[in-house]
Amino acid sequence: MRTIREAFLGIRRAPALTILSVMAIGLSVFSIGLFALTAHNIDVALSEVERRVEVVAYLRDDASEELIEIARHEIESFPEVQSARYISKVEALYEASRELTEFSDVYSELQVNPLPASLEISLLPDHRTPAAVEAVADRLTSYHFVEEARYGREWVDRIYSLRRVAGGAAVILGLAFALGAAVLIGIAVRMSVLARAREIAIMRTVGATDSYVRRPFLLEGLVTGIGGGLLALGLTWGTYLAVERTLLSLAWLPDLWSATGLAFAGILGMLAAGRAVRRELRRLDVY
Amino acid sequence: MVKLRSVTKNFGGSATAVQDVSFHLRKGEFAFLTGASGAGKTTILKLIHMLHRPSSGEVRVSRYTSNRMKRRDLPQLRRRVGYIFQDFRLLENLTAGENVAFALEVTGMPRPKIGPRVQKLLGQVGLAARAQALPRQLSGGEQQRVAIARALANEPLVLLADEPTGNLDERATAGVFGLFQQINASGTSILMATHDAELIRQHRDMRVIELEQGRLVFDSAGDMAS
Repeated sequence: MRTIREAFLGIRRAPALTILSVMAIGLSVFSIGLFALTAHNIDVALSEVERRVEVVAYLRDDASEELIEIARHEIESFPEVQSARYISKVEALYEASRELTEFSDVYSELQVNPLPASLEISLLPDHRTPAAVEAVADRLTSYHFVEEARYGREWVDRIYSLRRVAGGAAVILGLAFALGAAVLIGIAVRMSVLARAREIAIMRTVGATDSYVRRPFLLEGLVTGIGGGLLALGLTWGTYLAVERTLLSLAWLPDLWSATGLAFAGILGMLAAGRAVRRELRRLDVY
Repeated sequence: MVKLRSVTKNFGGSATAVQDVSFHLRKGEFAFLTGASGAGKTTILKLIHMLHRPSSGEVRVSRYTSNRMKRRDLPQLRRRVGYIFQDFRLLENLTAGENVAFALEVTGMPRPKIGPRVQKLLGQVGLAARAQALPRQLSGGEQQRVAIARALANEPLVLLADEPTGNLDERATAGVFGLFQQINASGTSILMATHDAELIRQHRDMRVIELEQGRLVFDSAGDMAS
């Protein structure tokens, strides 16, 4: 009870400082929020591209349909495979003429269908990695009626490189912004601690324990941190709406990310406050 | 009760605040700690309160010894050693009663027990009727009485008073000093730092420990850290 009273008294005593701290934390966490929004949308876009990753096995013209059907069932039982669709020579020609209309005259004049039959194999979400795709392609080429297996190796590699870069940058920049936010919270709480240095000294004089002195400051740090987190969330939401309405379609952050961001801001506030008050207590008492 | 054995305190540089000081304050004893400004009186009190650590020598208070003192034991020590400042050090936003209650709250005393205890303490210092007054509404003497009540809250074994009458007029000084005598009569040891020669002259029967430039130059009890 005293902890809550003292924490809010601390906030009320220096409202300007508290507002400044919340704004500082808010802006720092907002930077993280913007980055999270960007990273999430890159991720969403990558997932969409990744979903289209498939392996196409082009078949020899002399392969019998019965044999192909048996093989198709076998391929569908591979642990990496979601589905395997057979495209006959006729279907391949039909799809080609439908998709490439500018060559429709060429297709209609053909005496012999030059397009091979194929098996289009889509992979399960967890098996769209370059290694898994290559492994499936290698297994397909072991069938004697498979002429060639293609899977757009460069695209798969690029998607994974991009995802790695995005993930790495998110971690590095996130940590940098978090460090900046922690420093700001530390300064704000330290100012609050210094403003109450006399009170802390009196508490120590009459026999208060470190944890008794520390508790209200920790709560104050938590409240300030959460306040900053809410501000950051609001600013990120505002940015999301502005971009969504004027520039491009975006996906909003998953609820778990928002909740984690808030919790992160709160914990950051508490840790920074704890550090600031511990330093002050160490300064006061030499033992 | 309080024993200093060859205590020296340096604050860095060439200045030595206290040099090779030894004395023993027994249970129930009242002693003046006197000397000019800068003689080392406050440093001695802070060493006893374990706000400073001796550069050499040893300070012993009851069962606590400076050389073996652990940070986690400080609150227990501070509850057994009351400290009174010249400038009272009351919290301005709290009433007289709340200032005293504050010293009980930090020890974790249950709330229902705090109110009656505060009333008793304020009654003991003659301020039962001023419990709701803020420090700025009290005179200097009254503020010092509140500080004394706060220092007594946890029934200390010893009271350290740093120029407690330094900011008071003659009448208030007499009142506060009378209060110290009453507290001492109930068995609490008191070490009172003062450079008020007149006050000391008026109480020749009491022990006087005199410091000069950090050194103990006179002890009317004649014992040096026995």
